[in-house]
Order: sequence, then C-alpha cells, then structure tokens
Amino acid sequence: MIPMIYYLGLAVVLFGLGLVGVLLRRNALVIFMSLELMFNAANLVFVSFSNYYGLLDGQALVIFVMVAAAAEVAVGLALMVMIFRTKGSIDIDQMSKLKE
Amino acid sequence: MQTETLFSLVPLVVFLPVLGLVINLLLGRRFGETFAGVTASLATGLSFVVSVILALALKGSPEGVSVPFAEWIKIGTFNASWTFRVDTLSVLMMLVVSGVGTLIHIYSIGYMHNDVRHNGDPARFSRFFVFMNLFIASMMVLVSADNFLMLFVGWEGVGLCSYLLIGFWFEKGKDGIGNALAAKKAFIANRIGDFGLLVAMFLIFWNFGSLDFKTVFAAAPAVASAHPTALLLITLFMLLGVTGKSAQLPLYVWLPDAMAGPTPVSALIHAATMVTAGVYLVARSSALYTLVPAAQTTVMWVGAATALFAATIAVAQFDIKKVLAYSTISQLGFMVAAVGMGATVAGMFHLVTHAFFKALLFLAAGSVIQAMERGAHEVKGHNSELDPQDMRNMGGLRRQIPVTFWVYLVGGLTLSGLAPLAGFFSKDEILAAASEGHTAVFVVLVLAAFLTAFYIGRQMVMVFFGEARTSAAAHASESPKVVTLPLVILAALSVLGGLINLPGLTWLEKWLGHTLGETTSAGFLWGVAGTSLLIALLGLGLAWLIYGRKPLVKDAPDPLQSKLGGLWKGMNNKWWVDEAYAFLFLNPFKAHAEFTAEKVDQGGINRAGDGLGEGAIGLGKRLRTLQNGFTRSYALWMLLGLVAILTFMVLR
Repeated sequence: MIPMIYYLGLAVVLFGLGLVGVLLRRNALVIFMSLELMFNAANLVFVSFSNYYGLLDGQALVIFVMVAAAAEVAVGLALMVMIFRTKGSIDIDQMSKLKE
Repeated sequence: MQTETLFSLVPLVVFLPVLGLVINLLLGRRFGETFAGVTASLATGLSFVVSVILALALKGSPEGVSVPFAEWIKIGTFNASWTFRVDTLSVLMMLVVSGVGTLIHIYSIGYMHNDVRHNGDPARFSRFFVFMNLFIASMMVLVSADNFLMLFVGWEGVGLCSYLLIGFWFEKGKDGIGNALAAKKAFIANRIGDFGLLVAMFLIFWNFGSLDFKTVFAAAPAVASAHPTALLLITLFMLLGVTGKSAQLPLYVWLPDAMAGPTPVSALIHAATMVTAGVYLVARSSALYTLVPAAQTTVMWVGAATALFAATIAVAQFDIKKVLAYSTISQLGFMVAAVGMGATVAGMFHLVTHAFFKALLFLAAGSVIQAMERGAHEVKGHNSELDPQDMRNMGGLRRQIPVTFWVYLVGGLTLSGLAPLAGFFSKDEILAAASEGHTAVFVVLVLAAFLTAFYIGRQMVMVFFGEARTSAAAHASESPKVVTLPLVILAALSVLGGLINLPGLTWLEKWLGHTLGETTSAGFLWGVAGTSLLIALLGLGLAWLIYGRKPLVKDAPDPLQSKLGGLWKGMNNKWWVDEAYAFLFLNPFKAHAEFTAEKVDQGGINRAGDGLGEGAIGLGKRLRTLQNGFTRSYALWMLLGLVAILTFMVLR
C-alpha cells in the first residue's frame, strides 16, 4: 500500500501549483484551470483520508465538491464570455472598473 | 347674599385679567388701541370690584376662609392644591394691586399711545396690555396663595412679566441692546433671590411636611423649640428671596436698571406692587419670623441699611426716573425694616400708602417726560440728542404743565412725610416702632427720611421751578385727560390714604389683626411724629436753600458737587456697586466661562472629537491603497489572511 504521505505530498504540490497559477496568471481561463487544480488537490486529500480511515464521508463530499465546481465553472465561463464580448479580452488585470 | 357665596368669587380676581389678556391676544391687534386699552383696564377694574366685594364680605366674617379651586400636586402625604386664601391681609393686597393697577392701566392708554407713536410700532400697543394683564393675574396668584408653592408660582409669574416689560422696547436703549440687558439683569438678580426662596421652601417641607400656610404656621412654635437652626435657616433663605424681589441690599442693583421699561411699568411693577411682594411675604410669614429674633434683627438691618444707602444715591442722580427708582428702594427698605421689627401693620400701611404716592410720582414723571418730548418735537422736529429724562434739561415746568406739577407736588410732599399726608402717618408708625428699643435703627431711618425729603425736594425744584434750561422745556405741553385723570385720583389717595390707619382709629391695625393675630403697635408718639415732621421740613428746606434760591443754570454743575467733593462722586456713581459686582462676580464668572468654552470645550472635548474623526480619515486613506483593482492582489491578501489565521490556530 502506498503510504499516506505520498498522497498528501501530491495534493500539496497540486494545490501549490494551482495557487501560484491563480496568483500569477492574468488569463482568466488559465486561472479557472488553476482553481480546478486546487479543488482537485483538496478532493485528493478527502479521498485519501476516506480510504485511510475506511469511512465513506470523504468520498461523498468529493462528489459534492465536483458538482459545485461544475456549476461554478458553468457560471464562470458564462461570465467570461460576456466579459470578452464587452472588453474584447479576458485579461483579469483589466477588470478594475469597481475601483473608481 | 351669603358671605360663603361671596367668598367663592375669589378665583375671578385671577381669571378676569386672564380673560382680558386672552381677548387682547386674539383680537387686540385687529380692533386697535382703544379696544385693547379699554379691555385691559376693564379686566383689571372688574378684578378690583371683586376685591371690594371680598373686602365687604370679610367685614361679616373677618377670620377669612380658604377657597379650594383645583387639585395640583398630590404625592403621598404631600398635597399642594390651588387654593385661594381670602383673609384681611390678602384682600388688602388685592385691593392695592387691582386698584392702583386699574388707574395705571387707564393712564397707559394715553401714555403708550404717545410712546408707541414715537417708537413707531403700533402692534406693540396690545402686546403691552397683554403683558400688563398677565402681570395683574400673576400678582393676584401671589397674594391669594394659600401655600408657599402657589405663592412661588405667582412670584415667578410677576418676575417673568417684569422681565418682559422692562425689555418691552428690547431693540432700544444703549447700543440697541441696553433695554434687553436691563431686563436680563433684573431676571438674573431675581433668580438669585428665588433660589433663596426655593431653598426656604424645601426646608419648610423638610421640617414641617407641608407647605400650607395654616399647617406651617400652626406647627412653627413646636419646630422652633425642636430645631431652632432649621427655622433660622428658613427665615434667612426667605430673606434672600425678599432681597431679590423687593430690591434690598445686596440684590437691589436690578431695580434702577429696570427703569428701561415704559414708565407705567415702572409705576405698577417696580414701585407699587411687585417689589412689595417681599414685604408681603415677610408679613405673611410673620408667625415664623417672630420665633427667630436673630432673623428679625437681620431683616430689620437689611431694610434700614437699604433705606439709607439708596437714599444717598438718590440725592445725586440726574435722571428723573432713576431718582424715583432709588427712592423706591429706600422706601422698600423702610417697609422691610418695619416688618423685621415685628411692626407688620406699620410695614403694610407704608406699603399701601407708598403704592399710592410712588405710583403717582412715577406716572407724573412719565407725564413730565412726554411733555418734554412734545416740547422737543415742537422746537425742531424730534430731537434724539436731548435726553427727556435728564432733570438738567428741565426747569420751570410748573407753568407749562400745571396739572402734572400740582399732583407731583402732592406726591413729593407725601413721600417726604409732611403731615397730614398719607406718607407722614405710615412713615411715622415705622419710626415710632423703631424708637422703642431699636435706637440705632431709628437713627438710621431718620437720616434716611431726611435724605428722602431732601432728594425729592431737589427733584421738584429742578424739574418745576426756576427757568427753563432748554427750549424743549420751554415748549413742553400738558398731557391729555386720560393721563392726568388717574394722576388726580392717585393724588387724592395720597392725601387721604393716611385715613386707613389714622392714629386713634387704627382701622388697618384692627383689620389686619384678624389675620396676623395680636399686633403690637407703638401707637402715635408725639415726640417721634414731631421729629419726623421736623426732619421732613428740614430736608425740603435745605433742598430749597441749595437749589431753589439760586436756580440752576444750563450746563452748570450741581451745587452740591463742590460742597461734598468725594462724597458727591460716590453718590453720583452709585457707590460703584455695579462695578464692584462686575469685578467680584461677573468678571471671574466670565473668565471662567471663557476658560471652559475656549480651553475645555474647544480645546479638549471638541479636539478629542475632531481627533477621532481625523484618525479615522487617516486610517481610511492608508487602507484605501489596498483596493487597487487587481483581483490577483486581493487573492494574495486572502491567502495571507488565511495563512495568518491558520498559523494562529495551529500555534495557539
């Protein structure tokens, strides 16, 4: 059996990559992808512990997270499309209208 | 009709003037001057009629009654109701207030007509009579009260009317604010006195458990033996109230300034009625005062000192009304000294005669002032340069205004105490009471009486005799009938007023005896009467010698000035009492107010409030830089926050 620490290490690496992507990339689509990476890092932790303790709660929660993430992406992508139509770009640094 | 029914008429003495003022308030401006004046005079006159009916009813049952009118304050065992007290003392005051008041109201119709015309605001005419009726109503509440609390209501009411009427021409006076300042001064000086009366009332309630006259006076001997200090404090604090309202030392300073009001106001409020409220209060509370000899002595000396002190100032004044104002203070000193000696009847007697002759003098002075104004008007339009109240501008007026001259002469001689005018008998009774056991007071009062005769003689000579010193005085003309008629009636009262307590008959003494109990009266002492008459003649003669033989010429200094030197300067400057008060109390108070306003409030409290606001603004400015519009930086901050929270939770 693969030790727990490997799962968690992978999850940390994935989460870190996602975080760095969110913070550094300006393209909204890439940010979305990075977010998904972070979700899935968390999901990985859930299922790992679920397996480790032999409980099903973690598995169930992962399903919920996936559903929520799917819904969020649907809304988010719709927003992206609208933003692209009005501004001609999905550069996230350009979206600072609320500051004024 | 049954006397009970007659007694139940007593609320009318208050409500008739109230009715008059309501009518004038609603309709006075619309129906004009005559309507307003007649309504107000009628209201006061009917009040007088009711007072007469009450007096007649009292003849049948002189012990008097209490007429309950309305429940007011009822807390536990404490009960203060609006009850009217009808007895010989209160009805005497009602007669004086409404009687003299009616005459002054009638006079005011003529006087205010001219005054309003000069000052050019016809709407004030009805307002004047509204205030006057309000005053009569308040004064009636004061004298008809059956407990100290109701008396206090009237006490404050007359104070308010005094304030309103002193400041009647509030936009006139020195620098356009002089009259308003005078009104304010009167109000504040009276507040100090009222504080004393309030404390006295608290102490009475504390020690007696009631404020009703009957209960308090009945329990007074028991309390006097149990807590003598309490009774002493009560009477002394009450005296403070008296010094405020009745213009005694040390609170008299408001009364001379109160002359800023129209002359009828000076006559009604500041000579005949309101200022005598203090004398009435001591007379009413004589049951308390007789139990505390120390308080009696204090009252007596306050009165005597005031009598002499004010008389010296009156000698060196040039304003015709100021002389009379100081004369009033001096005469009130006589009354207070009398009630302090326990000669309550003598004090009340002098109160009545003084109401007659001082009202007469003030009203006649008003007639003189308006005669001067008419003279000035005739000469060269309305001359604002000339002070129509300055006696140095008058002279020889007896030829121009004979009626005013004759009534003034009667009033002046009555004031100086010539027999057989009213003032002689009343002043003589006070002096007689003083001669029995109070020799020092007797000497002081005789001196004051001498100065009284001297200053009124000086005034009469300066105003009416000699040659006219200005063209305005030469062209002065007599006042209309509506003004002179009340003067003639008051002159008659001044002549005959002595009859009410003529030695031998002593009607007033018997009359008041029903309320005040056994009164000790000195009676008529030939020696004292002779002295007082001699003193009066001496004073008048000296005045004639100095001012009459060689009439004053225009712009010449007063002949006394060189003779008395520094003494004159002191008297002319009112002994710098106002300045001393300003130095001792007003300026420190103002400095303190300035300090709290500038340093504590503006510098401390306000600065702290501003500081809080400025701090918040500064913080906001700094925090604003965080909101830079870059979503990714927000995400970074969220991450940092999350890390901080997690670190805290893990390391805790």
